[in-house]
Amino acid sequence: MSELVIETHGLSKRYGDVVAVDNLDLAVRQGEVFGLLGPNGSGKTTTILMLLGLTEPTAGSVRVLGLDPARQPLSVKARVGYMPDEVGFYDELTARANLSYIARLNGLSREESARRIDEVLERMGLSAVADRPVATFSHGMRRRLGVADVLLKQPQLIIMDEPTQGLDPEGARGFLRIIHSLKEEGITVLLSSHLLHQVQAVCDRVGLFRHGRMELVGTVTELAQRVLGSAYRIRLQAEGPVSTLTEALQQLPGVVDVQHQGDSRYQVSATSDLRAEAARAVVSAGGRLLGLDVEAPSLDNIYARYFEEVEHGAEA
Amino acid sequence: MAPKLKDTGRQRAREGSPWTGLWVVVAKEMADHLTSVRMRILEVLIVLTAAGTVYAAIRNLQETVGQDPFLLMKLFTTAQEPLPAFVGFLGFLIPLIAIALAFDSVNGEFSRRTISRILAQPIYRDALLMGKFLAGLFTLALVLTAIWLLIIGAGIVGMGVPPSGEEVARSLWFLLASVFYGGIWLALAMVFSIVFRQPATAALASIAVWLFFIVFWEILVGMVAPILRPVQFNTAEEILAQAQLELALTRLSPNTLYSEVMLALLQPTVRSVGLVLPIQLHGAILGTPLPLHQSLLLIWPQFTGLIAATILLFALGYVLFQRREIRA
Repeated sequence: MSELVIETHGLSKRYGDVVAVDNLDLAVRQGEVFGLLGPNGSGKTTTILMLLGLTEPTAGSVRVLGLDPARQPLSVKARVGYMPDEVGFYDELTARANLSYIARLNGLSREESARRIDEVLERMGLSAVADRPVATFSHGMRRRLGVADVLLKQPQLIIMDEPTQGLDPEGARGFLRIIHSLKEEGITVLLSSHLLHQVQAVCDRVGLFRHGRMELVGTVTELAQRVLGSAYRIRLQAEGPVSTLTEALQQLPGVVDVQHQGDSRYQVSATSDLRAEAARAVVSAGGRLLGLDVEAPSLDNIYARYFEEVEHGAEA
Repeated sequence: MAPKLKDTGRQRAREGSPWTGLWVVVAKEMADHLTSVRMRILEVLIVLTAAGTVYAAIRNLQETVGQDPFLLMKLFTTAQEPLPAFVGFLGFLIPLIAIALAFDSVNGEFSRRTISRILAQPIYRDALLMGKFLAGLFTLALVLTAIWLLIIGAGIVGMGVPPSGEEVARSLWFLLASVFYGGIWLALAMVFSIVFRQPATAALASIAVWLFFIVFWEILVGMVAPILRPVQFNTAEEILAQAQLELALTRLSPNTLYSEVMLALLQPTVRSVGLVLPIQLHGAILGTPLPLHQSLLLIWPQFTGLIAATILLFALGYVLFQRREIRA
């Protein structure tokens, strides 16, 4: 399952003097959810448009599902579903009519498209409103219709640009569940976002973008270890002699730092989730363990820390 | 995407036909046009105009039925104060319909944010633009044909004289010319809809060009021709040269081309749409109608000019659209 679905080498795009994407080497494996993360204007959308052959690269090469999007755009676009950041529909047409247009553009037969349209509308929970004009739809419904639209062609790869933008927290969570179910079907998903904490849960690997460059790639844990050093913060409440407990915790392999935060509270920074080990250490050191909690590494922290450092480094 | 001209040494051809999905786009766009409120308004407008002018023409013609071999043509061209003839109205209405059909065709997709979703489907941009243009042209043809049939029907009922084969042939050519006259404005509005992001700007620009040709072009030509070809010694050559330049310049306007085509096709007695010197009329029997192929020959340059202008404007829009970045 490690076949590459997306592969770019030295991919660049310039608009006049502005470098939108700079020498990008991206590899996305089959079946994974890959997140392109970064602030607005960091080159995420441009990258996506180049992957679809909607914009020509200035330099470099792209392979999507083993095809060249510039030479074989029809084959690529028949296999790849794309949901733009602001997905638009023909407001005066019904949801079904909007999907039917897309089905016909994909060359589906009448029966096949009717069957698939019912299927995807059902799946996205839009069956009840299928024959209402899209103008009456809420933002969340439009997004779901966007997914229905993408699923219609039964893609091998789905590219979503800012899928959770503008959704309320509940809507966003629902959306992440949808992405998760796509992954379980074996569909590769590439998504872009600047809402780091939302996509953290759903992405297998992420690439952090900044000024058109992908500066960091890996799983969230890998990035945390690289950037934060100690990715996990374990909060622990235990009664007992402070010095003994601190020492016991510090001796655990993988612990970077132990801080006593007053009362009976400690914060342990570690490279992995050491809750079990920490509990054992406290107990065997004669302490009474009252509470234990772990704070997983957050992309927000990673991002903030990494680019803070980069910027400080550049200024210094 | 536009055909690429990079020297990568790789295979250059694009995969598949650029017209994949063309008829899907045409069908969708035509359905949109025919169900839109905009189109309803225009249909009502054109039907009212046709009814009014043709009714007036029939009343006028009833007295002379039997004297004129080209009664049907008269239906289109007879004016009765205060109404101008139906063809006079068409010169205004066709551009209006064409502009209304196309001014938001491309920027509308951008502002509705549907463009990237549509172009992410397995079709080329070519199919989208061509499909939109053809849908506009077919809609226009459909409306004009409907009006044409209504007028002929009204003529048969109102005057009780069936049209001759030649009359039908002439009016069919006239119909074709009207469609391409509309094609020019359709293509022009489409170019503006690619250039301007706001549909309102595109509509305004199209209407500005239309007004320019309808109102100001003749005035401008009347001012420019005497400057370029001044009449100093009042010789025949000088006067002729000025008149010829004036005529050539006015023919740059699609309105002039269309009205000349209209004149020659619907009034078989018209023998020339340009300057005629007395010597050229030697031996001609004035007032006798020309056969259809002679009338066609007379305005063939104007006719092809209308088609050529449509194609050129569409080609311009095509190039602009291929170069347009999808990213809004």
